[in-house]
Amino acid sequence: MATVAVVAVIAVLLGWYVFPKTTDLMTRQVMETISAEADGLREQFDAGGMRRLQASIAARIRPGGTSLYYLKGPRGKKRAGNLNRMPPELLSPARAGTFIYARRSASGSRAPGQSRSTEESRHTEERLAAGVIIAVPGGSQLVVARDIDDQRQLAELVKWTIYGGFAALVVVGLGGGLLVSRQTLRRIDEVTRASQRIMAGDLAGRIPLSGSDDELDRLSHSLNAMLERIEQLMSGLREVSDNIAHDLKTPLNRLRNRAEAALRDAGNVSAYRTALEATIDEADGLMKTFNALLSIARLEAGALDDDMVPIDLGAVLHDVGELYEPLAEEAGFALNVAVAEHIWITANRQLIGQMVANLIDNAVKYSAESLPSAGSAAPLRPRDIKLSLRQLGSSAQIIVADHGPGIEAADRQRALQRFVRLEASRSRPGSGLGLSLVTAVVRLHGGSICLEDNHPGLRVVILFPDICDRLVSPDMAGGPVRGPVGAMTGEREAGYAKTAVSGDKGAVALHCPTGPANDPACAETAIHARRTS
Amino acid sequence: MFIAYGRCRSLHVRAVDWRRPRLLAGTAPLPAPQLICDLLLYDYDLLYDHEWKRTGMRVLIIEDDFETAQFLHKALRESGHVAEVAGDGESGLALARDSSFDVLIVDRMLPLLDGLSVVKTLRDEGDHTPVLILSALGQVDDRVKGLRSGGDDYLTKPYAYTELLARVEALSRRSVPEEQETRLSVADLTLDRLSHKVSRGGKAITLQPREYRLLEYLMKHAGQVVTRTMLLEKVWDYHFDPQTNVIDVHISRLRGKIDKSFDTPLLHTVRGAGYVIRDAAD
Repeated sequence: MATVAVVAVIAVLLGWYVFPKTTDLMTRQVMETISAEADGLREQFDAGGMRRLQASIAARIRPGGTSLYYLKGPRGKKRAGNLNRMPPELLSPARAGTFIYARRSASGSRAPGQSRSTEESRHTEERLAAGVIIAVPGGSQLVVARDIDDQRQLAELVKWTIYGGFAALVVVGLGGGLLVSRQTLRRIDEVTRASQRIMAGDLAGRIPLSGSDDELDRLSHSLNAMLERIEQLMSGLREVSDNIAHDLKTPLNRLRNRAEAALRDAGNVSAYRTALEATIDEADGLMKTFNALLSIARLEAGALDDDMVPIDLGAVLHDVGELYEPLAEEAGFALNVAVAEHIWITANRQLIGQMVANLIDNAVKYSAESLPSAGSAAPLRPRDIKLSLRQLGSSAQIIVADHGPGIEAADRQRALQRFVRLEASRSRPGSGLGLSLVTAVVRLHGGSICLEDNHPGLRVVILFPDICDRLVSPDMAGGPVRGPVGAMTGEREAGYAKTAVSGDKGAVALHCPTGPANDPACAETAIHARRTS
Repeated sequence: MFIAYGRCRSLHVRAVDWRRPRLLAGTAPLPAPQLICDLLLYDYDLLYDHEWKRTGMRVLIIEDDFETAQFLHKALRESGHVAEVAGDGESGLALARDSSFDVLIVDRMLPLLDGLSVVKTLRDEGDHTPVLILSALGQVDDRVKGLRSGGDDYLTKPYAYTELLARVEALSRRSVPEEQETRLSVADLTLDRLSHKVSRGGKAITLQPREYRLLEYLMKHAGQVVTRTMLLEKVWDYHFDPQTNVIDVHISRLRGKIDKSFDTPLLHTVRGAGYVIRDAAD
């Protein structure tokens, strides 16, 4: 509305400025014509005197013409011309100007300044003329004038057209603007009301879309996406609280009971000592569960962009594999690490390491438990746990496969769901949240995880998208690049982060994509995740 | 919060916070100046034995929870060290500036000035005293943030005291300038850092690269208790809590190589804490 008002003001100012200027211009033009004519008549007078002048004037008079003349003799008598008297308006010191005269529409006599009689009013009209008074040598005065009424009418027409046009514009603009803004305001009001409703507690509510896909719709769309995320986080939070309530209260209870029992059963120092040690162990177990729950909640909540750097997945697999190898061997299993090539992704090394550790730990734990007892008729299962890494398209595929009891197909989806643990594993020592943490780490890095049947056993297949392209690689024949990633320098090109990384075997220049993750396909149960950043 | 300045016999006591203990609701406030007087006097007695030789470390604890601070103070005293306590960031910073300590234990969440800012300020001023950061925040990025602010080690609450003690002692050893020793030895076990050769009693021992690194770390901190998490961090560079006893198996393998066929065992298990490599005579 303000815009329209400004436009209107400008239009009026323009009109105020333009119109007089135009009329001035027209007037000047006419004056020049008149001056030229006056000069011409002067020449006639110079050539042939008064008679010649009178003749010229008579010759120039035409009925209905635009030229007007009046020649006054030295004694005040009319000598020539079609005006009946000297226009009084021209008697100003300037001896020039405009005046009004009346003429009959079809013919004849002109009476400037005279009020029209009623009979003549039908035929006479008042018109505007512009003229000059010229002094003729010998005491005479000559009025040379021109009818400019047509121009005046034209000017008036233009003026009113402009004003009218602008007025129409203003009205339409204001009207239209009001209409549009009211509509927009109504929609914004809707959005406001919807969000107030949601804030009041209806977390599942969403802002309605009008379907026109304009800016407001797009805004509503983004807001809805935000609300979706908030709902997700809130439900996650609720689940954490529920889990904390359940999974920590039971061990806490156990702890308390044990302590109480120790106090009750009056014993010797060593009995107290044992009880206290058991209490500490229980407390430690509690702490582990609590920390795991917190980690998962934190991971679900968001990205750790600062600590995501290019890491060598092969090195991580080798390191963690080597960490668990003795343990696996003690339990009677061989841990095989098969790294096809060195693949780099942008990730958090600690989290990836923890993820692999959890998977291997699970594999060893469950495989050991499923060992057939001596003398049973069950077929011998293979006693190896395989850890492999290879490139699949533009993704890195990590597989941890064991020959343990596996997970029933029906339970696989549930096993990966946030904060869900299969009943069997909940009562086991340890936090039992290993797989949940693995899933959380995979999600955080925009990857996907599948649980498959290893015939027999469990096969965990993890895909991480967007592996870094290696630009220049040193000769890796001597072995994997080991150790923590060293100092890095980074530059960002569009969609890629270029970094130079130094490992044990020299510098490797990498080109790591930073765009949104693509969801790769996955076999059976799959959790497809988007990087939350 | 009540900050006490004052004199205690001949010692000038600096700012200490005497906030009511959080967990002991209903108890009367402790007689503050008197208590700290006793503590400090006792500490200074312990610090110097009869020959005026320094026996233990001087530790500054910046912790706002009185219970924890007192517990740490007592525990460190019993381990042969001396601790001073500051209850908030500003007085902790002032104390750290004025006196020289062997190790600082800084809680992350502090009133007036938070722990990380204290460490950052000290580092900016050129103070290189080793700092152990204590925090309830234990996620990966919290740890990274803490170490980036200038901390040398990071321990999440709740922690086992043995873990804390082991780490504090490991840190203080670092502040003693040691020339980069190329040969480490404990009793008749020697390790050459240049050639990576290990031998005991003249007999060469072949170790896997990881076993070598494990032994090297233990011998660098010979006589000090090294916890499982410390080993995981320093030898494998991973900062998570292994659910199982992965480290133990590595240690027993190492023990098999360096101790089994010899008379005196050097690699000992400290129950509830970790491992230590030392001559039995120590």
